Amino acid sequence: MARVRRRLEKLKLSTLYSFALCAKGSTEDHSKIGTAGFSRVVYVNDPDRHEEEGFRYPRNEVSTTKYSLVTFVPKSLFEQFRRVANFYFLVSGILTLTPLAPYSAVSALLPLSVVITATMLKEGVEDWRRKQQDIELNNRIVKVHRGNGSFEETKWKYIKIGDVIKVEKDNFFPADLILLSSNYPDGICYVETMNLDGETNLKIKQALEVTSDLQEDGDFTNLRQIIKCEDPNANLYSFVGTMDYKGMRHPLSPQQLLLRDSKLRNTDYIYGAVIFTGHDTKVMQNATEPPSKRSKIEKKMDYIIYLLLCSLLGIALLGSVFFGIWTKADLRNGELKRWYLRPDDSTVFYDPKRAPLASFCHLLTALMLYNYFIPISLYISIEMVKILQAVFINQDIDMYDEESDKPTHARTSNLNEELGQVDTILSDKTGTLTCNMMEFIKCSIAGTAYGQSVTEVEKAMALRKGVPLGDEIEAGGHKEKQIEESPHVKGFNLKDPRIMDGNWIHEPNKDVIRDFFRLLAICHTCIPEVDETDKVSYEAESPDEAAFVIAARELGFEFYKRTQTSIVIRERDPNQNVADYQYRKYELLNVLEFSSSRRRMSVIVKEPEPEGRILLFSKGADSVMFTRLAPDGRKFEEETKRHINEYSDSGLRTLVLAYRVLDEKEYENFAEKFRTAKISGSADRDEQIGEAADSIERDLILLGATAVEDKLQKGVPECIDKLAQAGIKIWVLTGDKMETAINIGFACSLLRQGMTQIIIALEAPDIIALEKNGDKDSIAKASKQSVMGQIEDGIKQVPTLGQSSTESFALIIDGKSLTYALEDDVKFKFLDLAVKCASVICCRSSPKQKALVTRLVKHSDKVTLAIGDGANDVGMLQEADIGVGISGVEGMQAVMASDIAIAQFRFLERLLLVHGHWCYRRISVMICYFFYKNVTFGVTIFLYEAFASFSGKPAYNDWFLSLYNVFFTSLPVIALGVFDQDVSSRLCLQFKTLH
Amino acid sequence: MNSGDAAGSSSGGSGDAGAPRRASRKPKYSKFTQQELPACKPILTPKWVISVFLLVGVIFVPIGVASLLASNKVVEIVDRYDDACVPSNVTNKLAYIQNSTISKTCRRTLKVPKDMKQPIFVYYQLNNFYQNHRRYVKSRNDQQLRDASKANETTLCDPEKTRDGMAIVPCGLIAWSTFNDTYTFQHNTNNLSIDKTDISWKSDRDHKFGSDVFPKNFQKGPLIGGKTLNESIPLSEQEDLIVWMRTAALPTFRKLYGRIYVDLKENDTITVTLDNNYNTYSFDGKKSLVLSTSTWLGGKNDFLGLAYLTVGGLCFFLAFAFTLLYLIKPRKLGDNNYLSWNRNSAGH
Repeated sequence: MARVRRRLEKLKLSTLYSFALCAKGSTEDHSKIGTAGFSRVVYVNDPDRHEEEGFRYPRNEVSTTKYSLVTFVPKSLFEQFRRVANFYFLVSGILTLTPLAPYSAVSALLPLSVVITATMLKEGVEDWRRKQQDIELNNRIVKVHRGNGSFEETKWKYIKIGDVIKVEKDNFFPADLILLSSNYPDGICYVETMNLDGETNLKIKQALEVTSDLQEDGDFTNLRQIIKCEDPNANLYSFVGTMDYKGMRHPLSPQQLLLRDSKLRNTDYIYGAVIFTGHDTKVMQNATEPPSKRSKIEKKMDYIIYLLLCSLLGIALLGSVFFGIWTKADLRNGELKRWYLRPDDSTVFYDPKRAPLASFCHLLTALMLYNYFIPISLYISIEMVKILQAVFINQDIDMYDEESDKPTHARTSNLNEELGQVDTILSDKTGTLTCNMMEFIKCSIAGTAYGQSVTEVEKAMALRKGVPLGDEIEAGGHKEKQIEESPHVKGFNLKDPRIMDGNWIHEPNKDVIRDFFRLLAICHTCIPEVDETDKVSYEAESPDEAAFVIAARELGFEFYKRTQTSIVIRERDPNQNVADYQYRKYELLNVLEFSSSRRRMSVIVKEPEPEGRILLFSKGADSVMFTRLAPDGRKFEEETKRHINEYSDSGLRTLVLAYRVLDEKEYENFAEKFRTAKISGSADRDEQIGEAADSIERDLILLGATAVEDKLQKGVPECIDKLAQAGIKIWVLTGDKMETAINIGFACSLLRQGMTQIIIALEAPDIIALEKNGDKDSIAKASKQSVMGQIEDGIKQVPTLGQSSTESFALIIDGKSLTYALEDDVKFKFLDLAVKCASVICCRSSPKQKALVTRLVKHSDKVTLAIGDGANDVGMLQEADIGVGISGVEGMQAVMASDIAIAQFRFLERLLLVHGHWCYRRISVMICYFFYKNVTFGVTIFLYEAFASFSGKPAYNDWFLSLYNVFFTSLPVIALGVFDQDVSSRLCLQFKTLH
Repeated sequence: MNSGDAAGSSSGGSGDAGAPRRASRKPKYSKFTQQELPACKPILTPKWVISVFLLVGVIFVPIGVASLLASNKVVEIVDRYDDACVPSNVTNKLAYIQNSTISKTCRRTLKVPKDMKQPIFVYYQLNNFYQNHRRYVKSRNDQQLRDASKANETTLCDPEKTRDGMAIVPCGLIAWSTFNDTYTFQHNTNNLSIDKTDISWKSDRDHKFGSDVFPKNFQKGPLIGGKTLNESIPLSEQEDLIVWMRTAALPTFRKLYGRIYVDLKENDTITVTLDNNYNTYSFDGKKSLVLSTSTWLGGKNDFLGLAYLTVGGLCFFLAFAFTLLYLIKPRKLGDNNYLSWNRNSAGH
């Protein structure tokens, strides 16, 4: 059975993917091979030859630890003493070994060593954990070619450059490989790169044609290839290399490169040649230390410590002067004054004859004596307190998400107290405010709107208007009933009895409806997975697509099977028994993929007999689709457009569906053109393909439009509302278009009725006109001017600070304007304006812009918190004072880069208002307490000195002195730092202004 | 973080081994972990504040009064003799005191102001003497004092370490400068015997000064500091030395000289014959002889009582003031209008 299935899959999928494959790479400059920076030579299947030839490549064993057994002590000690306070204590500790010391050396060095040992232990344990992970990783098993076509299981760490290895399904790649072949005859494989860039969609890699026929283990017995390629670097998306095989030289591109830490999916096995190992791999090259963040309190604390140091120096100087005067007076003209001190027979420290020197020595002594002004255990205590606080945050049951089974996870405990200081929240939209779970919620077919569900935006709008939707309560009740009736299907929320359960057959436009859903079932790139119970699930590149396919399935057009050349749809006959299926096999001729420039995708299929027509199904954004309709295909254009506007007003994503019947000849023409374009391999190949596709994607007949809701996460509007009440400003940075962003803004109560919206956009007619001319400089100039003007207008609108304003302002800016607004000379003006607005929405912003905006906000000396879930938010998270990652669906990248990971946006409220408040208060009170106790202690010592002729005799016992900080007084302070609550969590949430 | 972590965590997710662990990811509920332990934070309402102040006042004032009374019961005679015991014809006091050939016996007459019950403590009091000077305090060797076998241990004893290559026992500045004035008392022509035993700490005698350690090479140098010690008496019985070596914390201090077990009547006169040997003249210090009785509170000390009275009185005053303020100009509790940011906006 498995064999049969494998055979079926052994079909050339590459015909399916016309654009993505082989599209890149040909333009790379291969002439540089062999020059500096491109010196790597790999003898495939002959790993031992590298050493003979004198190449030294690292082993595949990776180590992410900071220290090794040997270097641990010196290195971590060095790290420790880089802290000013620790260094100070070290110096004074060393000084206690000299006779200068006011107390015994042991009692001074012991607490220091306790503190240092504790910190080192902490470091050591952390490093040990990393080591464990490395060991686990290094000992994973992979099959390696050991000659004669036999593959042997080997640990990852023993893999050498040039090895040919076989990776099986759902396994990680142990090193950077050049894909040689896979179980698919054309050598493609699917790769999941979640660990690299956080994207969950599968990527396709393809081997060179010359190697893709190496299908069996035995084929590798005598394989000899030489790969020359670039040196290891951190760029994930570029690769230049050549492969000498069978006397020919073939160029290699990123298309053949399989990166370590990505995962093989949907492919039974691949063969690959190892080219980068261990720390040479691109992912390891990319591993950089995240920027270490310090909280403001810590910075302030340093400041206070410097202040204390100064005061310490001050009183020590004062003491020394007095000491000097009195010591000098001890011996006047050979007469002893304080004879009992024997000033005539003195050491340098008390010698009246050398009073200034004695005075200086005393200064050193005094510095040691008064070092109780500086709390030695402050750092470690604060660290302990923060760790314990983080434990409490992690333990908070109110921030545990049942669904994803994820509690909150404070990854760095450094920033707990900053949570209480957050002034601006910069939020990603997709996956953060919204679930990134698309729900097929409405559609418009043949000018009729279907779908009665109420979207959240509509709810919010209704709420805003104060008029409850007439059917809302009814719908709510209805919904609950339905949920009881049938389990909710993820991604599908279309509720309309007119088309559900096969009722569409009674609708007047049933043919159009049928075509509509067939299109949904066919025009996509999903891959079905049929499980034992004959249930079909889909793996899709984007959640939108999944939603479409699921919708089609729910309505009886089940996309059942995909082969290389065909798509099988299982249709339920609406007239007959539900269990009765009708299989329709569409012959797949071409797929014209979706791309952001085309903004549409099409498939060309041949219908099963008896019709046997060649059909082109197309779906795309309204802007591109309406222009491509045939004159006679515009029957429902008016209604559909109206519906689309309605949908997008309610915050839905819309797509327009259309189809076209092709006659044989027309298709032949196209196929020919397409083929030549595809194999041309020239630089303008993409253009040629695009042109060919363009020529066929016209004269379409409109079917209708779909509307997919990007579900808001639970509790988002309430949370945002409360945060706003707490005086926190919320900025949303999204890649969506302005209308959607505004809608979402309304949905999550970011924008409210009565808010004045200041919109900055670059859609003025003169700029559009300029854009058509294509002169880049003048566009930039005009755009900038326009943005400047708009910002200034905005500033004029907003009353200056100090004046009370009853109405609040919202700033909405689009990505293009943002580019100009972030330029050096404009950005502070922009910031001025933005800071005055209650909420800011940046649409169409790129990841880099997100990070730039974050940096900009940080300029205003306000604590920023960035929250996001995807790889595109990483820059923002790292840039902000606090990065909060949503450990949701979009992978771990954001979580890895974040300081605190939460499961849902709504937990932010508790995190900030309760824990932030507590932690901030605790830490600040604790630090004050700490300084207080040390200063009081230090002052008593100083006062005593006045009674001991400033000789440097401490008032207390040595051990009491040194243990005072470390043991006697540290526990109450820590307890205060961990447990103290000024108000209960309930009150924190109730009175948000406490924040 | 780095990729090692990334791979590690994702491998956890990819394996099905994660399934049984799942249930445990939910934090356990307990009042402790959820930070819901009962706690109280008193709000400072006027009534609270006033009653606390009153309470403190009520407790402190009686204690203060009792201590003052006890302190007042102590009868104390302080007689400064450093100037008086130098003959009036001597202009250079320093030369006088340093001249060991002159007999420096001096006679002082003290009048008992009130009845004094036994035991009467005899102290000497020094002023401006820095026994707490770091050089001075450190200049001793405890091992040598304790253990006969460590007689040659003289570290830290600088500059009174050795004499002609031989270790000094007891070494160091403190021992070297032991107080050496002596007093004898006469009461109505009868000699008053002074009990000079048990004037030092018992622990010092038993543990810190060895009973088999005898003074050696002591006060043999060109410069003689203070008392010379009888080389046949072990250190543990040289109580004057032991008392002296328990260094005082402040530059003005009293040290116990002995006890008199005789009751003295009011207006009795006591004649003190003293040997004025100790040099306080070079550093302008004062020397006084103190006779004092004691109560449950110890010697004469008004400070404690006064401190209690002051604090108690202040509390009473504050309680009174707050009550007045509360009655005259009451203020609603928790009134937001008083908050700084509200006050600002109220100005508009």
